[in-house]
Amino acid sequence: MRVTVDMTVCESHGQCVFAAPDVFAFDDEDRLIYEPAPPAALARHVRTGALMCPARAVTIAEDGA
Amino acid sequence: MRRVVIVGASLAGLRTAQALRAEGFRGTLTLVGDEPHLPYDRPPLSKRHLTGAARPEDADLPIPPDLDATWLLGTPAKALDPVGRTVRLADGRELDYDGLVIATGAAARTHPADHVPDGVLTLRGRDDAAALRTRLRTGRRIVVVGGGYLGSEIAGAARGRGLDVTLVVSTAQPLARLVADEVGAYVAELHRAAGIALVTRRTALGFTGNPALTGVVLSDGDTVDADLAVLALGAEPNTGWLAGSGVPVAGGVACDPCLRVLHESGAPLPNVVAAGDIARWPHPLADGAPIALGHWSNAAEQAAAAARTLLHHDDARPFTVVPSFWSDLHGSTLRAVGLPAHSDERRVVRYDVFGRRLEVTYHRAGRLVGAVTVGGPGRIGAYRRILTDELLRAA
Repeated sequence: MRVTVDMTVCESHGQCVFAAPDVFAFDDEDRLIYEPAPPAALARHVRTGALMCPARAVTIAEDGA
Repeated sequence: MRRVVIVGASLAGLRTAQALRAEGFRGTLTLVGDEPHLPYDRPPLSKRHLTGAARPEDADLPIPPDLDATWLLGTPAKALDPVGRTVRLADGRELDYDGLVIATGAAARTHPADHVPDGVLTLRGRDDAAALRTRLRTGRRIVVVGGGYLGSEIAGAARGRGLDVTLVVSTAQPLARLVADEVGAYVAELHRAAGIALVTRRTALGFTGNPALTGVVLSDGDTVDADLAVLALGAEPNTGWLAGSGVPVAGGVACDPCLRVLHESGAPLPNVVAAGDIARWPHPLADGAPIALGHWSNAAEQAAAAARTLLHHDDARPFTVVPSFWSDLHGSTLRAVGLPAHSDERRVVRYDVFGRRLEVTYHRAGRLVGAVTVGGPGRIGAYRRILTDELLRAA
């Protein structure tokens, strides 16, 4: 799974951080940082994070897709 | 379960359909909507849409191509028979179901005045937003009535477009009922700094002008001149179609902790769940008191939980997600988590209007029940984590 966040669209709602805190986080300056290739075990949380983004900034590409 | 009918074709309805498919439901899926539109997002309607930064079609919600659902749009549901398991539509059609999702949302509360001239609007749906946006182009003086987020957002957007704006709220501060006076005072300062005339502790009694609006009459007898007024008086759950069904509907559709819809006998109806603005369910952060939330994230999260309950009836889990919400005001984003309205004490951690930073925590009987911030999205995430951990420990 590959994760991309369009930072021109992100509004820092933090819903992805709520859903998948091991993949998404805010750094000390409140910028969103994330793991672009999260382990498969976290895939469900990452998908929830993408679905819960009100700005629709999170895109997921499944492996092999 | 072969046939699922979802009454309500907005965010909660769509997301329930998606979750049912994700959980492996392979039967027929029918979504019923009273509006002619496919699902769209509502938050932008009072934000980017009014400022002109977004077009109406930008709000369309993506529908997965493999959803395999039938959409019956522009045909509101008129009656529910939970014994015969049918939903009757306004056009006379009857839909049989094995599973039912009630997600009909809420409608803008209207004003009781006998005379409501042209130029008095409400904002709830996409067509309302289009009408308001058009009026904002030509309007000069607008009165916004309402002490909730919607009133403050509309006032801010109208001011941003250069109109003379008066915001009328019944409390001592805007948003006071939702996030208390501390945050209300902060928002009031933002409004005043932007040049909005704030009228507190008053309501709108009526309107002058015929056929076109010329003024709004306030409860103190004063009239504020206006060629445009928006009433943001809150929302009423769309429960009219449930009359006679035996489902209690006061303040929303009464649900058990797993979002199963309750019959008036107190027992959950077989295979009927609710999600979104219309659902009223007991929340542990409110000590088990029933709450209903008209928030985007609530609709999206509840949909997934309702779908799960419908498919796994005997293994249903309580829906205890910590609520979260945001509002755009004068270029700042106010973020809330938990249930600030259910607090008896507030602690102001940070209050900096000039630097656009705010942090207030909400407590009941000494226990943290919510937080509000402006700026610093990392902080609100931390508060939500604390609240989530607290609920997990209590469960």
